[in-house]
Amino acid sequence: MRARLAVVLAVVLAACGGAGRAVPQSPAASSGPGDGNPSGELTVFAAASLTDAFEAIGRRFEQDNPEVDVLFNFASSSTLATQIAEGAPADVFASADEKQMRVVEKAGLLASEPIVFAGNTLQIAVEPENPRGIEDLADLARPDITSVLAAEEVPAGRYAREALERQGVEVEPASLETDVRAVLSRVALGEADAGIVYASDVMTAGGDIDGVTIPPDRNVSASYPVALLTGASNAAAGRAFIDALLSDEGQRTLREDGFVAP
Amino acid sequence: MNGRSVTAVRSRSSMPAGMVWLGVAAMALLILPLVGLVLNTPWARVGELLGDPSVLAALRLSLLTSLSALALSTVLGVPLAWLLARHAFPGKALLRALCVLPMVLPPVVGGVALLLAFGRRGLIGEPLAQLTGITLPFSAAGVVLAETFVAMPFLIVTVEAGLRALDGRYEDVAATLGASRWLSFRRVTLPLLGPSLGAGMALCWARALGEFGATITFAGNLSGRTQTMPLAVYLQLERDVDAATLLSLILLAISVVVLVALRGRYLGSA
Repeated sequence: MRARLAVVLAVVLAACGGAGRAVPQSPAASSGPGDGNPSGELTVFAAASLTDAFEAIGRRFEQDNPEVDVLFNFASSSTLATQIAEGAPADVFASADEKQMRVVEKAGLLASEPIVFAGNTLQIAVEPENPRGIEDLADLARPDITSVLAAEEVPAGRYAREALERQGVEVEPASLETDVRAVLSRVALGEADAGIVYASDVMTAGGDIDGVTIPPDRNVSASYPVALLTGASNAAAGRAFIDALLSDEGQRTLREDGFVAP
Repeated sequence: MNGRSVTAVRSRSSMPAGMVWLGVAAMALLILPLVGLVLNTPWARVGELLGDPSVLAALRLSLLTSLSALALSTVLGVPLAWLLARHAFPGKALLRALCVLPMVLPPVVGGVALLLAFGRRGLIGEPLAQLTGITLPFSAAGVVLAETFVAMPFLIVTVEAGLRALDGRYEDVAATLGASRWLSFRRVTLPLLGPSLGAGMALCWARALGEFGATITFAGNLSGRTQTMPLAVYLQLERDVDAATLLSLILLAISVVVLVALRGRYLGSA
């Protein structure tokens, strides 16, 4: 019951974030007065799949830098890239693919060279115990299976299409979700039998979801670049946050959440 | 005589300057976004965009589902408004509040509630799927259900207010002349109710047409099946800003038409 409630809340939050196109406004945050310690507000725009890992890393970052308040905006990387290109105030952008990072780069909004800090693979998310007996991507084309994918614009949706192409199957999804976490909640709520998500999503979903692995020759390796933005009002804290991602501790957290080495 | 008109003028002009500026700020806040939308309309691409299959599919689906939601809301909402306006029963105040709650409920919460009731694992959705094989999420019927849930209360409250304001003596006279209740409802009540019913239907349709949160949460998003115009606007914004702007302008134009149709109620006299 509690797990289900958590899923419902996740749906509400995901849809709220989507529907409102809300961007947290960070009032001009100041960096530390010359003492080298970052302070003020740090706004991080991050791919939806990074939600759990970044929240953990962010909490630790705030403990290590008590003067800093970390604000996250989680959405599909394509939504975030659009928001940044339209002038949303952000310090750091962490994308689920290099394509969306290039969108921001082409807009001339990167203040640092993008660094790939994590990788990810795809899995098929199914209900616990896999009641529909889904074994590989080809099963998603079965007429008795309701499957959902992320929309084509979203990195997870693009990767999923790549994998389906390698498998050589055509899937008619019941819905194209606005980010990968929405795909996950469709399966967790039992509305869909299967969805293509990241291995890390299955890991963080706990008991609500089981993952079916996709063999390496059909799978896709996603890479997650991060960069500082030119609009950053708190570049010092932004740099420190990127360092925290690359640190042993940050990398360990990402590994625990199912990400792989870049 | 003169003195009075002078006072009137003075009391009007003695409104604090701050209030005037705040009023102007409010106007700018409400009107500027619309100006932005109109100024950014890609007129040169209108023909091409209107021929775009996904734009056309969204238009067609929005018209189909919003008109279905309007029909469903009218058939079910008018009897409920009549019950609420004319009959006393225990717990009526609470029931009435619950029935109009979707007017103030965040639509996305409505979508989650619909999933828990009519979804594949929902209270009603699960037995429905087992008995008939019908599942509502991810279908146009699901869109109609979401739109009806959000829009019907607007029709109910408008019609209920109309029924309360109606002079019951006409119905009494019809009854004394031998008209059955049904005949009197059709020939006396409904025609007298006309303006309220029209206003309620217009509001209900506009709300259904603009529905986003409950629809995307409950019915999902698939071009041609569940992707209505508001969903298409949201998703096209990442692919083709021009298409999103044009779809927005169409929705704006429809809203203006609805507002003009309701001018007696909401525009007042200039």
